[in-house]
Parts: sequence; C-alpha cells; structure tokens
Amino acid sequence: MKLLEKKVSVELGNRDFLKEKRKKTFREMKRNYQIYILLIPVILYFLVFKYGPMYGAVIAFLDYKPAKGILGSDWVGFKNFITFFKDPYFFRIMRNTLIISFASILVTMPCTILFAVLINEIANTKFKRLVQTVTYLPHFISLIVICGMVTEFCSMDGIITSFFVAFGMERQNLLQNPDFYRAIHIGSQLWQGLGWGTIIYLSALSSIDQEQYEAASIDGAGRFAKMRYITLPCLIPTITIMLIMDLGRVMNVGYQKNILLANTLTLQTAEVIDSYIYRTGLASSYPRFSYSTAVGLFKSLVNVTLVVSANKFSRKVQGSGLW
Amino acid sequence: MIKKSWQDKLFDFCNTIFMILIMFITAYPLWHVLMGSFSSPRLLSAHTGLLLKPLGFYWDSYISVFTNPNILSGYLNTLFVVVVGTLSSTLITAIGAYCMSRKAYPFKRTIMFFFIFTMYFSGGIIPTYLLTNNYLHMGNNRAVLIIPVLITTYNMIILRSGFEAVPDSLEESARIDGANHIRILFQIIIPCAKAPMAVIVLYYAVSYWNEWFRASLYITDKSKLPLQVILREILNTVASGDAAEAIALTESVRYASIIVATLPVLCVYPFVQKYFVKGTMIGAVKG
Repeated sequence: MKLLEKKVSVELGNRDFLKEKRKKTFREMKRNYQIYILLIPVILYFLVFKYGPMYGAVIAFLDYKPAKGILGSDWVGFKNFITFFKDPYFFRIMRNTLIISFASILVTMPCTILFAVLINEIANTKFKRLVQTVTYLPHFISLIVICGMVTEFCSMDGIITSFFVAFGMERQNLLQNPDFYRAIHIGSQLWQGLGWGTIIYLSALSSIDQEQYEAASIDGAGRFAKMRYITLPCLIPTITIMLIMDLGRVMNVGYQKNILLANTLTLQTAEVIDSYIYRTGLASSYPRFSYSTAVGLFKSLVNVTLVVSANKFSRKVQGSGLW
Repeated sequence: MIKKSWQDKLFDFCNTIFMILIMFITAYPLWHVLMGSFSSPRLLSAHTGLLLKPLGFYWDSYISVFTNPNILSGYLNTLFVVVVGTLSSTLITAIGAYCMSRKAYPFKRTIMFFFIFTMYFSGGIIPTYLLTNNYLHMGNNRAVLIIPVLITTYNMIILRSGFEAVPDSLEESARIDGANHIRILFQIIIPCAKAPMAVIVLYYAVSYWNEWFRASLYITDKSKLPLQVILREILNTVASGDAAEAIALTESVRYASIIVATLPVLCVYPFVQKYFVKGTMIGAVKG
C-alpha cells in the first residue's frame, strides 16, 4: 500500500498526489457521513462540559471577578500559583495528599492482588461466585452511607472503637483524633474497594492457559510455586497498567470523603489538595475562584506529568505501557 | 486429574476460612445497620459490640422515615434523575461508543484522542462550577444533575470494547440489506452486546442514585434535593441532639434511612453482577 502510494506520488507529482489524497479523504468522509452526524451530539457534549471548563481554567491566571467575566478580569500571570506555594499550609496540604495517596496505593494494591490470586485458587465455582458477589457489593454503596457507617462505628461507643478498646486503647471518638484520620480514610477505602479491585486482575488471570499449571504440577510444583512462577508473572502487565493509572491520580484524594469525614479537629492530618480547593473556592463565604482554580490546575498538571513519565518509564523498562 | 496432596487440602481449607472471614467483614457493617434499624432505640443506645440480631423488634424507625416528607420528595427526585439520566446517558454513550468502534474513517483517531484526553486532564471543579452555575444558569434545576455528567468517558471506552467484540460479518450482512447506522446499532450491535450494555446501565444508574455532591453544590431548593443529600442531613443531625432519648431515637432512625436509601441498589445489583467478569475490562482500560 505504502509502495503504491509512493509510486502514484512519483507519477502524479507531489502536489497532485496531495490533491488526490485530500480527495480520497473527502470521499471517505462522504461515505461515512452518517457517523459524523451521529457524533455531533457527543462531541458537542465534550466541547461544552469537558473542554469548556478547560478554557475556564484560564481564570487561574486572572484576578477573576464574576461580574467582570473572563475577558474583563485583570491578567495577573502566575501570582495565584505563587501565593499557593508560599501559603503556610502548602507544605501540610502536600504532605497529607502524598501520604494518603501513596499509603493507599501501598496498602490497597498488594491486598487486592493477593485477594484476586486467592479467589482464583477457589475450586468450587459456586463458592467463588458467592465470594465475588458479596465482596463487589460495597463498591455500589453511596459515599454518604459509607461515611455514615464510619461515623457511627468510630463514635464513642461504636463497634470499631469497642474493638480497639478491647486491645487496650482509650475509649474515644476516633474521628476526632487526628492520628487516626488517615487510617480511617484508607481503611474505609479498602473495605469498599477490595473486592471490586480484583475484577481487573481476575480477568487477566482467566486468560492464563491451564496447561501451564498442569505441566507445573507434573514437574512437582506445589501450590505456592505455581502462584509464584505462573500466576504472578502473568499479572505483571496488569499491575503495571494499574500502577501507571494510580500515579495519574496521586493528587486526587477524594474531597467528597474528606468533606464527609474530616472536621476542624482532624484538619491537620486530613486536609488534602482537593478539599482545600473546595474550601477556598466553593464552600467559603468569600470564594477565591482564581486562586482555587490555580491550585486545581497545579494538581492536574502534576497528575498528567506523573502519568506521562510513568508511562514512558514503563515503556522503556518493560516495553509496554498504558499507551 | 492429579490427586490432591495434604498440603493442597490444607491450603484450600485455610483459603476457604479466609474467604469466609473476608465475606463476614464485608457484609457485617450492612448487617449491623439492618439489625440496628429494627432495634429498640433505648436498647441500641446502651449496646456496644457485635449486633447479630435486632434488640427487640421495632418498626417505628421505618415509620418515622417514611413519614418524613423530605425523604419522600428526595425519593421521587432521585427516581426521576436515575430513570431519565440512565436512559439518556446510556443512549448517548452507546452512540459515541458505536462511532468509535467502526472501522477506520477520516479523523477517527483524532476524535478518539479528543475523548481520551479528558480522562487525564480536566479544567477542575471551580471552572466547572462557574460554567454550570454562572454561564449556563443551570443552578437549582433538576437538569443540572443529569446534563453536565451525561457521558463518563471511561464508560464509553468500556462499551466501545464491547461493541468491537461483535463480529463484523453480522454488520456487513445488514449493510448489504441496506440498513443504516442507526438500525445497525439498535438492531444488531446492542442486542449482541448485552453484557457490556447491562454493566454500563448499572454503572450509570448507581452513579445517579448515589450522587450527592453536585446536588448539594447546585441545588438550593429543598424540594428538589435528591435522596442522598436528605440522607446526609439525617445522618448529620446526631450532633445536635440534646436529650438522650432523642439521640437514641435518631440512631435507629439513621440506620433505617440508610437501609431505605440503599435497598434499591442492593436489589438490582445481583441481577447484573454476573456480567462483571466478562473480561471486557482490561482491554477497555488500555484504550
């Protein structure tokens, strides 16, 4: 095909070739015109509701006043970003965000992988289905309910509190102690996401050729040897992809959970970048639109940089990545 | 079949015990809430520790939940958003996924990038809020709960992989019979891709059902608030109770409202659950 194109281009001369190519594109577009018509509403949605806010993010560089609009507000350059970097809380917010994020990856990922491998080892199909049905369930429960239960169970006489009291902890409201906020945040996340997270690994495991296991058994490999030398290596590509995607979300520590669970007593360990944006930009009686947009833009840029470089790294080391 | 060694049997035994433990940890909190909602408020407030059966047996909490006018209006609002939202989201997502699953046509890759890019970069919450509230004037309107979140890019990508798995030959024979794209989508692709469609419908329905943050941001009128926001208010009243009796009563009422707000999801979920592990996921994520 390429060769033919080259030949044609030599014969017709380059300009004619381009013309020909453009004509061909046009013909193809005409042939597929229905697809473009169908795509109009979809593209329109993305333009307005996904790319619209991206354009709106220029207010990070303005001193935006709603009454003046985007075009009428004054240009201030990087002032809002610098204000954030110099903010006395900058260090605290970054520290909390990164700690919660990385601790969550470090806890959640191995647990999920281990759980997926163990589910995969269940021989009885019905029992396996039951385990999956039960453990996927929390993923679909609303955050309001989850946080409501957490509040209830971590209260003064809640069941989780009582559990730790039995091990010698002083009876207290766990949510009012800054030392516990991160553990509660990550723990509830683990509870909600453990089962659901296994789906992606289980679908990777289902594609492993069973003959490999049989061959290994004949060679005398035990259960753990098979897990170590067959199952885990087969999961490496999936693990890489999940890790890259997680890195692209490092700065997003859900503000929703934060709003629901954190309080003024725990803010020193609970405040993350997302909840800070929410508090300064929306929940405040004097909202600083431009400033909080700048913080949000900084967050997005860090995320994108991380995901792109993680992907590059993975392609270099392992030969494959997310794209 | 190779005979199992005793190590294998021991492993299986421990694994089963472990799975039962995990299932208990997963299910117990919900069980606790369910049992608490039927318990006598006075006994419940004095109780610490596991709650395996209701303490006494009371319907009163449910009666006070259902006589709460806010809950009723919240339920209706949520039903409206779930039904209308899920239908329109699924429809437009299916159209987008269909177009992206067709064979190469000019600008297909460009359009795909245009979609995928939004998964990794967004303008952020503040510009979104300003756009929706100040420029599109959608504040305090039920449509704000649907239109700005009509398409989830991730769902569209999953559905695209599902559509791509439908064999080409089916589509081609329809094309020869003179079917246009709309007919191919609705009469061939969608019926052949029931599993991914079911999953997408569930994803959208659950996300509309569980939505609260955007509602609390944009909607000021109490009669337009969805169930989850009402639920949040009920769950938050704990701090303001002064008399011990009032606190005790609200604890089982809080549990009852959690059950009322969660039950529909719990009822629908098992029917769709079997479609989850169809293996469409990993291809979907890689995009």
